[in-house]
Amino acid sequence: MLEVAGLRKTFAGFVAVSDVSFTVETQQIAAVIGPNGAGKSTLFNLITGHLQPDSGTVTLDAKDITGVLPHQICRMGIGRSFQRTNIFPRLSVFENVQAAFLTHRGRGRDFWSRSETFYHADVEALLAQIGLLEHARSLAGTLSYGNQKQLELGLALASDPALLLLDEPTAGMSATETHDTIALIEKIAGERALTLLFTEHDMEVVFSIAQKIAVLHQGRLIADGAPQDVRNDPDVRRVYLGEH
Amino acid sequence: MSALRTRFAGRIPWTLIVFLAALPVPWVGSRYDTFLATQIAIYALFALSLNLLLGLTGLVSFGHVAYFGIGAYVCGILMKTLGVPFIVAFPASGLGAGLFALVFGFFCVRLTKIYFAMLTLAFSQIVWAVCFKWNDVTGGDQGLPDVPFPDLHWMASLPGFGHFRIGEQFYFLTLVLVMLCVAALRRLSQSPFGRVLTTIRENPERAAFIGVNVRGYELAAFTAAGIFAGFSGALFGIFNRGVFADYVFWAKSADVMIMAILGGMNHFWGPAIGAAVLTILNQQITSITEYWPFFLGSILVILLFVFPGGILGALDAGWNRLVNRRHA
Repeated sequence: MLEVAGLRKTFAGFVAVSDVSFTVETQQIAAVIGPNGAGKSTLFNLITGHLQPDSGTVTLDAKDITGVLPHQICRMGIGRSFQRTNIFPRLSVFENVQAAFLTHRGRGRDFWSRSETFYHADVEALLAQIGLLEHARSLAGTLSYGNQKQLELGLALASDPALLLLDEPTAGMSATETHDTIALIEKIAGERALTLLFTEHDMEVVFSIAQKIAVLHQGRLIADGAPQDVRNDPDVRRVYLGEH
Repeated sequence: MSALRTRFAGRIPWTLIVFLAALPVPWVGSRYDTFLATQIAIYALFALSLNLLLGLTGLVSFGHVAYFGIGAYVCGILMKTLGVPFIVAFPASGLGAGLFALVFGFFCVRLTKIYFAMLTLAFSQIVWAVCFKWNDVTGGDQGLPDVPFPDLHWMASLPGFGHFRIGEQFYFLTLVLVMLCVAALRRLSQSPFGRVLTTIRENPERAAFIGVNVRGYELAAFTAAGIFAGFSGALFGIFNRGVFADYVFWAKSADVMIMAILGGMNHFWGPAIGAAVLTILNQQITSITEYWPFFLGSILVILLFVFPGGILGALDAGWNRLVNRRHA
């Protein structure tokens, strides 16, 4: 479904991502792991068009999407969440998700209807799915951190993606919140037949749900395969798992 | 709680209420009151058009006066130099201002934050320089004096309107046109298009990744704001009996921004309230002292520190406190 080939990105001489190649199959749950600064977020930003690679290609369903703008990539069926929570803080939770539906369904150019009349049932169904229905009328910025993360997931889901990229979905969460969030993501991925690519620092989480793991270290891909193979890889043990 | 109240408030036909409240001014007030009310209506439209960018989309334009001025010149040149009737000149003024906003905006939306603001300012100064020097068309530093009033004699035949002179008649015309524009602006800001603009204000990066073409929407908002600024400029040129280069001078961009912030840019009606308060204060204070800029500066300082949400923001906060106390 997603193929990354020979991706390279430098920032003023610093090599953030270097010759990274891997694939994610349809409906696979794949993880990218690596220490801080390994290039995980840069890799995500290259896939979603927020950064342009120096060389290499990104292919989605056999279509070259390298260098395509973020809003167009979003319309092609990739949803994403961001590492630093990225929502619309002074809109209500309902309005946040509704806005995502409005743009995804091409309603954004309508400047004459009343926006509040649109998609009530769909918005509420999605809010129920991510567990935020009771907060529908709250301003998004006043939600707890964990709830804001859930809302971000909702924003990504509203555009009905086939491939969902989650950048540290449990960053900053307590153990319970982490557990609940991962259970939620797994459930939604199953229900919607999503392909999932996520980054995560919590190894327990990664090994509990990932079917495939890619390991980045200093911008390079040092391992890529099934969890069991990655766990036993000597390079990975040395640079990464050995830290624990 | 607040969001619920906003929904409720959205159902009240405020545009109609304001229109009905402002309509009797020529009957109950003096000729001077009517003059002042005309000016407020025009400035209110100008400030509301700016707020499409400032409050709704989160874009700070320091050059909004350019489109006000272009509207005034288009209407003035058509009516005075070419003898075109108002019914054609008025839509043309919005169209002309909108076209310029589309072209200038195309470049402006490629920049963000302070660079965006500086480029809007640069374009408005170019417009000013052209208006100031192009003697054959704009009258240069002499401007275009004696722009004629539209033909409003028919109004005298309406029952109750017979004794009004052209000043009052023009007020009625202004009020109707401004209110139609305000109704359109309100509709626009509550539409799906308006909702998308608020997502850009809140978080442009995220907006792009729910599928919003951020630059495209910013350009659409910039153009729409230009069109309505052009309408207000056209009315102002006629109201002021002439169009002059200082209409386009950048300091006027600051005036209209002060109106929006004073009234409260997070509320639809805030800029209109700001326009009314600032216009009335200006009249009152300049009649007793020549130090209006000193008072304006002081008002701004107090505003920014004590009521950062503007007049409506402060009222809203006070109301919420009252409601919460009653519920507590």
